[in-house]
Amino acid sequence: MSNAGISVNEDGNKIAKTGILAAVMRIASMRETGLIAIILILFIAMSFASPYFLTWVNMRAMVMAFAVEGIVVVGMTILLISGGIDLSVGSVVSFAMVLAGWLFLSGTDPWVASAMAIAACACIGMAMGFCVTKIGLHHFIVSLAFMVIARGACLLITQGRPIGLYTLPPEFKFIGQGSIGPIPFVIVIFVVVVIAFDFMLRRSTVFRKVFYTGSNEKAAAYSGIRTKKVIFLSTVLCSTLSGFAGIIYMARFGSAQPTFGIGMELNVIAAAVIGGASLKGGSGTILGAILGAVLLSVVSSSLALLDVSVYWQDIIRGSILLAAVSFDHYLNKNKA
Amino acid sequence: MVQLYGSHPAARNSKKVTGRIMPAETILQISKISKSFGAIQALKAVDFNLRKGEIHALAGENGAGKSTLMNIIDGILQPTSGTIHLNGQEVKITSPAQAQKLGIGFVHQEIALCPDISVAENIFMAETNASSARLMNYQDLYERARTVFAQLSPIDPGILVRELSISNQQLVEIAKALTLDCQILILDEPTAALTEKEAQVLFAIMKSLAARGISIIYISHRMVEIFDHCDRVSVFRDGQHIITSEVQDITPDDIVKNMVGRVIDKLYPPKQEQHEKTGETLLKVCNYTEKSRFRNISFEIFKGEILGFAGLIGAGRSEIAKGICGLEGNIEGELWLRGKPVSVKNYQDSINLGMVYLSEDRKGDGIFLDLSIASNVSALCVEQVATRWGLIDASREREQARDLGDRLNLKRGHLDQPVSSLSGGNQQKVALAKMLSVSPRVIFLDEPTRGVDVGAKSEIHGILRNLARNGVGIVIISSELPELIGVCDRVLVVREGLISGEVSGDTLTEEHIMHLASITGSEPMKGHDMQDARP
Repeated sequence: MSNAGISVNEDGNKIAKTGILAAVMRIASMRETGLIAIILILFIAMSFASPYFLTWVNMRAMVMAFAVEGIVVVGMTILLISGGIDLSVGSVVSFAMVLAGWLFLSGTDPWVASAMAIAACACIGMAMGFCVTKIGLHHFIVSLAFMVIARGACLLITQGRPIGLYTLPPEFKFIGQGSIGPIPFVIVIFVVVVIAFDFMLRRSTVFRKVFYTGSNEKAAAYSGIRTKKVIFLSTVLCSTLSGFAGIIYMARFGSAQPTFGIGMELNVIAAAVIGGASLKGGSGTILGAILGAVLLSVVSSSLALLDVSVYWQDIIRGSILLAAVSFDHYLNKNKA
Repeated sequence: MVQLYGSHPAARNSKKVTGRIMPAETILQISKISKSFGAIQALKAVDFNLRKGEIHALAGENGAGKSTLMNIIDGILQPTSGTIHLNGQEVKITSPAQAQKLGIGFVHQEIALCPDISVAENIFMAETNASSARLMNYQDLYERARTVFAQLSPIDPGILVRELSISNQQLVEIAKALTLDCQILILDEPTAALTEKEAQVLFAIMKSLAARGISIIYISHRMVEIFDHCDRVSVFRDGQHIITSEVQDITPDDIVKNMVGRVIDKLYPPKQEQHEKTGETLLKVCNYTEKSRFRNISFEIFKGEILGFAGLIGAGRSEIAKGICGLEGNIEGELWLRGKPVSVKNYQDSINLGMVYLSEDRKGDGIFLDLSIASNVSALCVEQVATRWGLIDASREREQARDLGDRLNLKRGHLDQPVSSLSGGNQQKVALAKMLSVSPRVIFLDEPTRGVDVGAKSEIHGILRNLARNGVGIVIISSELPELIGVCDRVLVVREGLISGEVSGDTLTEEHIMHLASITGSEPMKGHDMQDARP
């Protein structure tokens, strides 16, 4: 009896030790670890370079800067993993704002208006998914077309002018402007969405099928996975999350702007790719993508604090993207 | 391994022999070539020589170093040390373009053509690139392409490559190499995608090239080809050159022994014993018809047997299997699984019923190269390793992969490693483990040992036999006749979308199968019209 106990113990220890070592090795080799290291280095360097960097106000501003966009990043990452891409996210964000704002001004309850706007965005996703899976067009072209169409719809609804929504009820504005204790509610939503999707992407069977489909669509079909359905739903999810982000922006700004979110798709795709998502599909994590967004945001904030011209910022962001992708390529090449 | 090399008389003898005759006629002399990739040594001081006008076979398992050596000769890779002499002069081959200039042509196993341009343009791509002419002379290009094809196969040089079948694309690759004015031609498993007839044409061309003094290095896994068409054979194992011999001085068993470094007592597992014949029908297929691909397909799979599907490429073998599994096509006909009528609308239905299909194109649609071994094995039914809430239990997933991997003797690193880190044979085992994960009743295997080395191949055959013993219906589709004959208990021959005959027992011979696969004028055999009974 006692003998058995000891041997189990020893075995357990051994397993635990090799397990921990393997786990440490794996964590060290993960993309997320590298990103966290870079972000930490930037933090330390910046806290010496600028006294304002490590202040609550600056931190809060930085997180606010990517929190809502971070929700779009979640959708984009999932779509990228499935092998798709969506250039229309910026336009769809704006479309959700404008449509909900317009419905609200026409007398609809703001919650109902928001729900309708998000549903409309889901419909845009369905239309894109239909074009991709049923007609057989490429995601890139389809979403390019819908980027223009959705933007056009925004301008049409507003006649090109921003809509002020001064009469939004305070409980609705709370979504974008309120805070729970010291933490802005936007950040709470962001963190919940990220944790929920990161967990599901890692663990749920439904999202595993997204990985299978993106990694090798044919092999997935030959494993009994209905790949077209997976691609369709990923497309719809991305547009729906973009619509959701648009509503948060509306509540935050108290207005709806038909030209909001131009160029957002590039930021979002860059964040996902820096975080390890591949344009070929089959790889990527939400955590990595969000860290990519954090990195871009920290860099922007640092450059601003260091009084670097705004015009330099795009050049630097583009270079970071190139560096991240080249690094990936280099690693993969060495592996093979 | 070293011991075997040292003690193997044939190895020493052949070295002596080649050493004596060599100087006068050797065109290519490789001396002490080594190549390492980081810590891995792919070639260890390899010697190799090629005579003028010979067909020299290279044999060895995957990873033995054949491809590395060929890539060095073609300038794709640079050796870490060692020398290459061409016509007695030392050369450094730094790029494929330079190899071409030196008269070395290489037909790769994988097809590397531009699918959207014409056959003729593909063939003369290198020349067009080098030429200083500003305009393309299509007429001349087509004319010359036609002359090349006159000896190969009637392929229209104006057609786009994407419209050709795989075997014809392979012929274009070969034609491309033939147009190069080369003195050394390297062919890497050129017959893998060819029909028997096309392969014979290729062999005839190889012979005539050799007669013109061109030396050919021929890589193949097929013993018959080596013994029927080659002059000498060199065997590689673990990055070392083991033996070179005239083919008449060596037996297939010797080659296999040298390839694997141990004795494979039997290439194929034992067949079904008489007493194991149960006569119990697992799957009955009745009058399966898919408008454009196959018609009136009726057959039965009995419990405990391995059934083979033979036929030429394009005859419809894979299509029938895919059709039964609901993977493609609009099918009419009836299906009985263990005596009960079933309907299969899509592959998911088929999986639920326990019928799975292992694809012939492993990398294309069999496995997920970038994903881990564990998630590859679970792909057919992730729900199996998930909790009630639809969440994947990672430890259960790994356990499944570990169990099935061990059962198939999978040589692997960590289960979280991507499948791309495994050798071809082990990748195939992962694909097989994926099939077994759902405890299937019937498995259709399309070319289950293509690109798999001899050792793993016989292991896979053994596994299939065991599965059959345990009551799983096994259907093997293969273009390799010795494999079908060696492994299957019964073989159905498919020709132009029809079952043209059935062979088993004494009639299970290459002659019978080839006859049924290629004769014209249909003469359906016994046993297939019988089941015409529609209730």
